[in-house]
Amino acid sequence: MPLETVTPFTPLASTLGGVLIGLSAVLVMALFGRIAGISGITTGAIPARSDDWGWRLAFVLGLIAAPLLVGLVTGETIRQTVPDNLAAMVLAGLLVGFGTVLGSGCTSGHGVCGLARLSARSLVAVLTFMAFAFATVFLLRHVV
Amino acid sequence: MRLVLGFASGLLFGLGLILAGMSNPAKVLNFLDIVGAFDPSLAFVMGGAALTTFIGYRLVWRRGQPLLMSDFQIPTRKDIDRDLLTGAALFGIGWGIGGFCPGPAWTALPLATPGILAFLPSMLAGMALALFVKGRRLRMA
Repeated sequence: MPLETVTPFTPLASTLGGVLIGLSAVLVMALFGRIAGISGITTGAIPARSDDWGWRLAFVLGLIAAPLLVGLVTGETIRQTVPDNLAAMVLAGLLVGFGTVLGSGCTSGHGVCGLARLSARSLVAVLTFMAFAFATVFLLRHVV
Repeated sequence: MRLVLGFASGLLFGLGLILAGMSNPAKVLNFLDIVGAFDPSLAFVMGGAALTTFIGYRLVWRRGQPLLMSDFQIPTRKDIDRDLLTGAALFGIGWGIGGFCPGPAWTALPLATPGILAFLPSMLAGMALALFVKGRRLRMA
């Protein structure tokens, strides 16, 4: 399926989805006392890298299980189109993986949790990755 | 218990991403296409999530410690260093190319599209490389 160049604006569903994401972040703080940053949870899910890797690996498995549960309950596959230039996706993956670990966080760690903590570092990170993401899409869609 | 609750937390996060439409990279890329197909939904996701977390954290922190661990581990650094800026910039470029950040990449995995099967292992390799670079710097310091 080609990438959808138009997607409907969904303010209500997106706000509610955001609230669920926030509740998950609050739950992780209440239970484990940790920031719910997916890049940090991913690298912390490796046994050699932390002594409490178990809950992080379980968290990742929960993320993977979510679309399966939705599919099971609704009987439909979730709506999704993914860019299919595989060389570009390899490059994108390398940049996202390297960048989030070097910069100590991603959309969840700096974005959701960092902004909620009123962290200046996270605000700078969010403004930086947003600016670069806007610029990249502008170049790829309107210049190149 | 930790494993069950860790799984439940991840499931809740993933359901939130799916309800928000953020499991669809096309929707993310359209948010980022501000002069083109602009779909502002992602701003509502971030707003809803950050506001919920802002309130929830303050309630949770009233209790001196988390339920399953001995202490809260909250980042304490305040300096804006080069790694933070470089890392965020590289992440932003990759996010703009692929439309995936780490959370949605995991929820997209079971749908097994060619794009995510190329993206996810590369993301893990990129993370491993950054950990290696950071570790080597620490050892040399």
